[in-house]
Amino acid sequence: MAKKWKEQVTVISQECITEGIYSMWIQTENIALEAVPGQFVSMYTGDGSKLLPRPISICEIDKEKKSLRLVYRVTGEKTGTKQFSQAAAGDCIEVLGPLGNGFPLEEGKGKKAFLIGGGIGVPPILELAKQLDGEKQIIVGYRDTQFLYNEFCQNGTVYVATEDGSAGTRGNVMDAIRANALDAEIIYACGPTPMLRAIKQYAEEKGIVCYISMEERMACGIGACLACVCQSAEKDAHSNVHNKRVCKDGPVFLSTEVEL
Amino acid sequence: MNTTINLAGVELKNPVMTASGTFGSGAEYSEFVDLNRLGAVVTKGVANVPWPGNPTPRIAETHSGMMNAIGLQNPGIDLFCERDIPFLKQYDTKIIVNVCGKTTEEYCEVVERLADEDVDLLEINISCPNVKAGGIAFGQNPQAVEAITREVKKRAKQPIIMKLSPNVTDITEMARAAEAGGADVLSLINTLTGMKIDVHKRAFALANKTGGVSGPAIKPIAVRMVYQVANAVKVPIIGMGGIACAEDAIEFILAGATAVSIGTANFFNPMTTVEVADGIEQYMKQYGFETIDSMVGLVK
Repeated sequence: MAKKWKEQVTVISQECITEGIYSMWIQTENIALEAVPGQFVSMYTGDGSKLLPRPISICEIDKEKKSLRLVYRVTGEKTGTKQFSQAAAGDCIEVLGPLGNGFPLEEGKGKKAFLIGGGIGVPPILELAKQLDGEKQIIVGYRDTQFLYNEFCQNGTVYVATEDGSAGTRGNVMDAIRANALDAEIIYACGPTPMLRAIKQYAEEKGIVCYISMEERMACGIGACLACVCQSAEKDAHSNVHNKRVCKDGPVFLSTEVEL
Repeated sequence: MNTTINLAGVELKNPVMTASGTFGSGAEYSEFVDLNRLGAVVTKGVANVPWPGNPTPRIAETHSGMMNAIGLQNPGIDLFCERDIPFLKQYDTKIIVNVCGKTTEEYCEVVERLADEDVDLLEINISCPNVKAGGIAFGQNPQAVEAITREVKKRAKQPIIMKLSPNVTDITEMARAAEAGGADVLSLINTLTGMKIDVHKRAFALANKTGGVSGPAIKPIAVRMVYQVANAVKVPIIGMGGIACAEDAIEFILAGATAVSIGTANFFNPMTTVEVADGIEQYMKQYGFETIDSMVGLVK
């Protein structure tokens, strides 16, 4: 069992990278040492009126400095994420992690891969792009404004899709794949459910191994409360029903394991 | 100073236990908490067969609280006996199995199945607000409470705890009915039925539309109900509802609870159970209490 820690982390830096999207580096004791791409952390507001931890995906891991980069969306005024966005260098935040399973890197070694991110599912694709050892085609989809584009360019060939057509292909990530006539032997994806559904269907039609990172409302974040389940194709060994826990058994699943 | 308590002949090393459904069967939290430090682990409700639970979203945050509508997803009694009981047997803590069902027969089937298992107490969940059949349907009518308590008690080898719903006009009526039916212990409160609407999506926050509200927001209601029930029955009470620290737990004890359960607080602080156990000891030292019993129902 991989180790998890609840730590008081220190904010190293914080910046707004585009409207409503923030990038925060945090100094951890142990969490960064254990973290792998595709995992997440639970962040606590410390505000008794906002009890539940906020699951935030890990965007970058610096093992040397034992730090993590979290890129997240502020979901509204008076929210937990709004509060995190106001934290400045030196401020402390309680964090539990690393949580979840992460993307399997070995399976993609030496292969031609799609690394697909959509919306706030884009950030975890960055650390994956840094660590995956293969031919990386990075396809990122945004509603309008891009973020993390330059970082992606250093780690593979990047294709962009925007819903408003302001950059790259107009449309979604699937439109970008078709427009550029791309193909792959393995797919890694993180993003909204409709995007994952389209990718799952595409991968299964073409017989491509595909890993998708799912999202669901969570409470405990460690697999105890059974809030964040997704439907599994087969009966799950732990739940004994057709449910898997996104926080513990996922968030990354083989596309054929889950029903979307 | 002695922190042990006695629940229907079962001695617990301290009054701190987990609230059913918030702690699984302890495996996940054992990475953060030494289960040996707990008076008891109360497992998530288990039925005669596996239940898939409700659609998602199953959870929503509310001000100083949360709502859930998990729908009693559980792996069924067979896998539970095979996997979860042996896991908990590794620890020096008491095992309380929470039992759920859709019919009296289903509750009884689980209770009979547990007769030969090495578990200490059974908690009968007649108060889950999130399932269509069973659950709360048994807990909102005194005749039904008494009848199911009697049927379960007839078959149970272990002492039984009846878990009461706060979603009633007078909880003392249900408490008296459970006592009359042969309940050894009462636990209260289960969650309060609530609703949350996402105004931007113009949709319910939970797929189930309604859910059970828990957390610090409901604590004053829970303390009041524990106090009322403690003054209405003779059997011991396990108090719960929004406990997040030792002071909260002591409030319940002073109101009349012999033991306390930690539920929602596990989600925002996985170490709450042990911190509460430590804090109760400190409180006893600070004010010179020798036993837990000497504090139970002290505030009249």
